[in-house]
Amino acid sequence: MADHDHSHEHDHDHTEPPGDLELKVKALESLLVEKGLVDPAALDVLIETYEHKVGPRNGAQVVARAWAQPQFKEWLLRDGAAAIASLGFTGRQGEHLRVVENTTTVHNLVVCTLCSCYPWPVLGLPPVWYKSAPYRSRAVSDPRGVLAEFGTALDPDIEIRVWDSTSEMRYLVLPQRPQGTQDWTEVQLAALVSRNAMIGVEKAQQPEDGTAA
Amino acid sequence: MSGGHDLGGLSGLGPIAPEPESSEPVFHAEWEKRVFALTMASGSLRRWNLDESRHARERQHPADYLRNSYYENWLAGLETLLVEKGLLSVKELATGVSQDEVSDKEITPLQASDVPQVLSRGGPVEMVIERGPCFTLGDRVRVCSQDPKAHTRAPVYVRGRIGFIKEHHGAHVFADQHARGQREGHHLYGVAFSSNELWGGPENGETEFKVMVDLWEPHLELA
Repeated sequence: MADHDHSHEHDHDHTEPPGDLELKVKALESLLVEKGLVDPAALDVLIETYEHKVGPRNGAQVVARAWAQPQFKEWLLRDGAAAIASLGFTGRQGEHLRVVENTTTVHNLVVCTLCSCYPWPVLGLPPVWYKSAPYRSRAVSDPRGVLAEFGTALDPDIEIRVWDSTSEMRYLVLPQRPQGTQDWTEVQLAALVSRNAMIGVEKAQQPEDGTAA
Repeated sequence: MSGGHDLGGLSGLGPIAPEPESSEPVFHAEWEKRVFALTMASGSLRRWNLDESRHARERQHPADYLRNSYYENWLAGLETLLVEKGLLSVKELATGVSQDEVSDKEITPLQASDVPQVLSRGGPVEMVIERGPCFTLGDRVRVCSQDPKAHTRAPVYVRGRIGFIKEHHGAHVFADQHARGQREGHHLYGVAFSSNELWGGPENGETEFKVMVDLWEPHLELA
């Protein structure tokens, strides 16, 4: 695995994967199929599920509902897994969900310093940067520096809480609702909720950003 | 064990350089998709659990772990477990040729039609145990400073440090033992650490912040 080129500064750049890995993985798959250990059709369904069905639009729906319905928000913060299950988002890597709220005084940021734990049912599979050594190392020691890399500046008075996902608890950030969205529908609100805002590296988009126009 | 995976607080690893959210694909190469799916499908054979899977990736030499891309680490962990659990031989892995036509009759591979149900069921780890919790909210606790020889979910950067119990999550399967194939419940807590305790006093005008870490009772003692 060492015979292909890796730049340490960009070791997450895999736009040109080495051919030997393609071949090696194909060989392993053939062997496992031949031994009766995996069914290739099941592999296709697994890939299809996480490539196209389960992703951050699920989490955006959860956030939009919490913004629009105070009772749902109260339930979501008290029992995240149950409230989220009521929208149909359950299962693997979301068995024990906890939602943490950003307010005018607290900003939350989620990381997994030991591997890549992430709430799959609401956010899908994690982005490359979330799994990268630079993010995993610095989120717990220099969160403001990390936020700055995402273009996010916080008032110095705001308390940052970093959640290191060291158990099977999974954390989702409830971003602050943007001003000027009082009459918006849940569908409109959901369009303001980026994946990065639900990890805590960004804020929800503002209406004037034009994303929900 | 510490190792290449236990990264909290390490410096010198370069910029994060995130891809824009709007244009980042879920997978960046065909082989990544297959490694992801092969790992999930092999895991469903229930010959190992998630913590054994994590441990298999972490046991690589730290230089390999850090040099590898994410799914290369998954591939390395999968190969290790397939051999250790006797599903493949070293020779089969090296040659790609099946040496033994008769596979384990007890093994039923994951079927496409079962995938939704298997994913939806997930793998809950909450347990009911007889022992009550040793700690209550607000308790001042210290994390054990020993480095266990095997898998642990207590990261190096909190070892020996003092924090406060902020949450009690109930009893969960204790990951450190689970990686050795034992399913035992221990109380799990959200422990709050101040940045001053973890990293020393504020420098360069950095304001204090909190780090919340989930730790099991065996990781902690009253301080």
